[in-house]
Amino acid sequence: MRTIAIVKRVLREMLRDKRTLALMFIAPLFILSLMYFLFQNNSTSVAKIGVSNVNTSLVKALKNKHTDLAAYGDHANAKTTIRQHNLAAFIHEQDGKLTVTYSNSQPSDTALVKQALQGGVTKLKVQALVAATKTQKQVLQQQAKVLKTVMAQQQKLQAAQGTTRGQTATTGTTTKPKTVPNYTVTSHYLYGNSDSTFFDTFLPVLLGFFVFFFVFLISGISLLNERTTGTLTRLLATPVRRGEIITGYLIGYGLFAVIQTIITVTFALTVFNVHMLGSVWLILLINFLLAMVALSMGIFISTFANSEFQMVQFIPLLIVPQVFFSGIITISTMPDWLQWLAHIFPLYYGGDALMNVATRGFSLSAVSGDLWILLFFAVAFTTLNVIGLKRYRRV
Amino acid sequence: MAQPMIDVRNVAKQFGANVVLKQISLQLPAGRVMGLIGPSGAGKTTLVKAILGMEKVDSGTTTVLGTEMPNRQIMQKIGYMAQSDALYETLTARENLRFFGELMGVTGTALTSSITHVAQVVNLTAELNRRVSAYSGGMKRRLSLAIALIADPDLLILDEPTVGIDPELRQQIWAELRQLKQHGKAILVTTHVMDEAERCDELMLIREGIALAQGTPDDLKQEYAVDTIEQVFLKAGRLQDENHSDR
Ligand SMILES: Nc1ncnc2c1ncn2[C@@H]1O[C@H](COP(=O)(O)OP(=O)(O)OP(=O)(O)O)[C@@H](O)[C@H]1O
Ligand SMILES: [Mg+2]
Repeated sequence: MRTIAIVKRVLREMLRDKRTLALMFIAPLFILSLMYFLFQNNSTSVAKIGVSNVNTSLVKALKNKHTDLAAYGDHANAKTTIRQHNLAAFIHEQDGKLTVTYSNSQPSDTALVKQALQGGVTKLKVQALVAATKTQKQVLQQQAKVLKTVMAQQQKLQAAQGTTRGQTATTGTTTKPKTVPNYTVTSHYLYGNSDSTFFDTFLPVLLGFFVFFFVFLISGISLLNERTTGTLTRLLATPVRRGEIITGYLIGYGLFAVIQTIITVTFALTVFNVHMLGSVWLILLINFLLAMVALSMGIFISTFANSEFQMVQFIPLLIVPQVFFSGIITISTMPDWLQWLAHIFPLYYGGDALMNVATRGFSLSAVSGDLWILLFFAVAFTTLNVIGLKRYRRV
Repeated sequence: MAQPMIDVRNVAKQFGANVVLKQISLQLPAGRVMGLIGPSGAGKTTLVKAILGMEKVDSGTTTVLGTEMPNRQIMQKIGYMAQSDALYETLTARENLRFFGELMGVTGTALTSSITHVAQVVNLTAELNRRVSAYSGGMKRRLSLAIALIADPDLLILDEPTVGIDPELRQQIWAELRQLKQHGKAILVTTHVMDEAERCDELMLIREGIALAQGTPDDLKQEYAVDTIEQVFLKAGRLQDENHSDR
């Protein structure tokens, strides 16, 4: 009952504060749009490609500074090899037919492989063409020589009937140019499809980040206000339980977080046509959990701040690092100690779960490990908050 | 005699090296108004908060309605008005009243009629639907008082309730307090206004954390052989300072 009173009050205060509402609901859309245009195409990394039974000249042609090739056995399975060796793509050749399987979990890598493949095949064609032209040139020179001699012979042996014509014809046929390799390429995608972009992959993580960031900031500052204006002390001069206050906050701001997630996800799906393999409900659930963590963490952190300005100071300290470990930067290639560090950030688990659901179609059970950890974070911070309120009233 | 509404025994409190309360004892029975007077920084608010169980004391006990504080349930029977207004500025006065009423466990029609009543007492009926951010200082003070009254509590603890309130309304508020007293409620009020102090059944003068004098206004005037409480206040202070310089 008292919890409901607090929820109602939180909602009412939020609805009255139009600026904050706009920040929560419109700012993510603005940033998403910006990122959509920023990240339409990009490539910076190195893509690992596995090859099996591929012509050595093609392998050589595929090599560039953005690719890293490794050869596997003729019968290596594309899917398992990609998973085992964390490859961006796997190429198998059979009778001039190339079967390319893209991991596609990082569309920028897929783009790199596609570029390399296209470039490589073109290179081979050009080489072949150059080679062919060279032979043809030789042939022509030969023919010209032959022609000259023939002419001379003709002049010399005007009277005698020669067979020059046949001779030249023979020369022509014997120097037929080498065949131009004409590969047919079939593409498969382990995750997503050929339209996946950087934006598609990172969108779910971005969504999670927005939810986390805004909920953290808004709930933290609002509890801080409650502390600095004295209403928190006043609240605790009523028979309300400390847990009821925290629960009221969790529910009130949780509702806004859900609405925010629904708006941003719908926007991304409809306006940008982003593909999400997994269940949208699962995406919402993960975001909700993230919001709960952000909420309880925001409230917790706000106890260490004495003003809104001090609250903002926690952003570079606590929020920005979370972005680095949310999966936007590949974690598996980081130094060990950084990988270890990643595990203390809630967004690491949230980002992992969101990415797996959105781009790999993971089910609830497959991401449940991440979800439990998020839940643990939320429960831990909530408990700390309830205990922290003892500063104001010991019971 | 029935058990006192408030029973404070030998409470001491210090903030760091700053000793704020020294062995304060105080009993307030039902149906009486007790005034806490004393210079700024004397420790009045600290004592009030200790009674509410919101400030941890170093030694001594505070008991409210027979229950040792801090106690969450007892809060339901205490109407508290803090020295500084703690209101939700973006909400209207009615919403503030409703919110605190719900927290105090008042619901439904009881809450609605209670809101109407307390708004009348503090003369805010016409302004109930305005946001608190548009209120004047005195209006906020009155709303805080209305919130303290919302649950019809047995004990009222008011920390400087009439600061910023005009004389006419002050009369009205004191009339209401007197009525509440007649209904058997106990009221503890801190004040710097000496004519308000005169209206209390009992006074306690605190200075530098020490209860210098305690008794009915008339007793105190007699004790210090002066005509007004203001003179009691000044004389007691002077005497305390002299004692200090003796030492
Ligand atoms: N949270 C606190 N931390 C440290 N010192 C405090 C704290 N609260 C109060 N004090 C100190 O305790 C002393 C008494 O403060 P208190 O608020 O009880 O005075 P008061 O009698 O209510 O004064 P006023 O009439 O101005 O309201 C003051 O010296 C004040 O500086
Ligand atoms: Mg005070």
